Amino acid sequence: MTAPPTLPVHMQRNGFDPVPVLAELRDGKGIERIRTAFGMQAWLVTRFADVREVLSDPVRFSNARLQEAGRPPGLPPVTPEERARQLAGNLLAADPPDHTRLRRMLTPEFTVRRMRRLEPRIREIVHEHLDAMERHGPPADLLAEFALPVPSLVICELLGVPYADRAAFQERTHRQLDLRVPMEDRLEAGKESRAYMAELVARAQAEPGEDMLGMLVREHGHDLTADELAGIASLLLIAGHETTANMLGLGTLALLRHPAQLAIVRDEPDRVDSAVEELLRWLTIVHTGTAKMATVDTEIARQPIAAGDLVMCALPTANRDPELRTDPDRLDVTRGGVGHVAFGHGVHHCLGAPLARMEMKIGFPALLQRFPGLAEVPGTATFRSFSIIYGLTSLQVTW
Amino acid sequence: MKGDLVAGVEVHADRDVCIGAGLCVLTAGAVFDQDDDGIVVVLDEHPADVVAARDAVANCPSGALSLTEE
Repeated sequence: MTAPPTLPVHMQRNGFDPVPVLAELRDGKGIERIRTAFGMQAWLVTRFADVREVLSDPVRFSNARLQEAGRPPGLPPVTPEERARQLAGNLLAADPPDHTRLRRMLTPEFTVRRMRRLEPRIREIVHEHLDAMERHGPPADLLAEFALPVPSLVICELLGVPYADRAAFQERTHRQLDLRVPMEDRLEAGKESRAYMAELVARAQAEPGEDMLGMLVREHGHDLTADELAGIASLLLIAGHETTANMLGLGTLALLRHPAQLAIVRDEPDRVDSAVEELLRWLTIVHTGTAKMATVDTEIARQPIAAGDLVMCALPTANRDPELRTDPDRLDVTRGGVGHVAFGHGVHHCLGAPLARMEMKIGFPALLQRFPGLAEVPGTATFRSFSIIYGLTSLQVTW
Repeated sequence: MKGDLVAGVEVHADRDVCIGAGLCVLTAGAVFDQDDDGIVVVLDEHPADVVAARDAVANCPSGALSLTEE
């Protein structure tokens, strides 16, 4: 058994903020050798410009070759067949041109225009959950009643995953992303997820529906193996509910603690685009995204990096870089723009970003308008630290 | 909008490099669109709103967009 890890520095936060030591690193040397959650050494890149440089160069910094770094210490070996199955269809473990091939099959489902067509249905889902929360009455757990179910239902409908299965897949996702869970169990959760998804893929192959799984089978059924289909769908399911849920939960808490900002989101519809971008920048719930491997001897922030070294990008410090925004630690929803790296950058820039934006643009104002007196129950908000994706474990609200 | 201080620009898009993130459409919807496959289409090669065009080029995640000063 591997011992539960201590929280590595790049995942440490002080409430909504990156810990001071990370900001000091960014404003000083800019890069430091750190120990990852899996016990390996990696370079942590912290400045906005350097992060963009690493993320936009898949030739020098490879996602696929990360596998060559070997398995984290203390783990049983896996057969090459099992390894291949684990990686099939995982866009985050691919480089161009493989990545481009997979991603291009999915882009039609995530265009800005396609998202506009989804808007009425997302609005309906949001209002149904607000109705339920109102019926439930205060106090209510915002995460359980609103922040988690809304994106879960949206991604389930979009992908073609039965919503009734949510309790099981949400439990597996938590296990996969929670660093306190021993690595063997996290890998086991990943295996269970793929087995579940393989079943849905087989069903879609027999009878493709109008959802995304059906589309992939109909239009790309000959180009994709069943393992690839299951891998793509697993990634979209995890990324589709876990990220937006934490943005909705943490974003609501941030607004409740900044009442003037909350009033703008609630009362000024023209500002909502800017508010969502600012919340994304300020909260940056994905600590680093996928680690990369340097493919050649190179240099970042004047630091020589050897071919084979691991490189990680600290997205929260990059988004709080004074080079990106003046007074970057202040939350100001009137000044948001798309230049941040909360969705990453480069070819792996979040595929689901347009969907996430749409859910937040509808979700935040609808919640705040329905419950103008929304307030946190003091002492109930718990930050979730030991996870690949930052957020809250609970937030009791009243109104 | 062309004046002495604001030079015109010409925007270019490399459709082979584009990953369909759609940030260009969000940033400069009058200049860029996405086709049915999600790949960038240039609507206006010589945009009047140079600031928005520059912003879209700077924020393109895949580096598919570029711009030349005229």
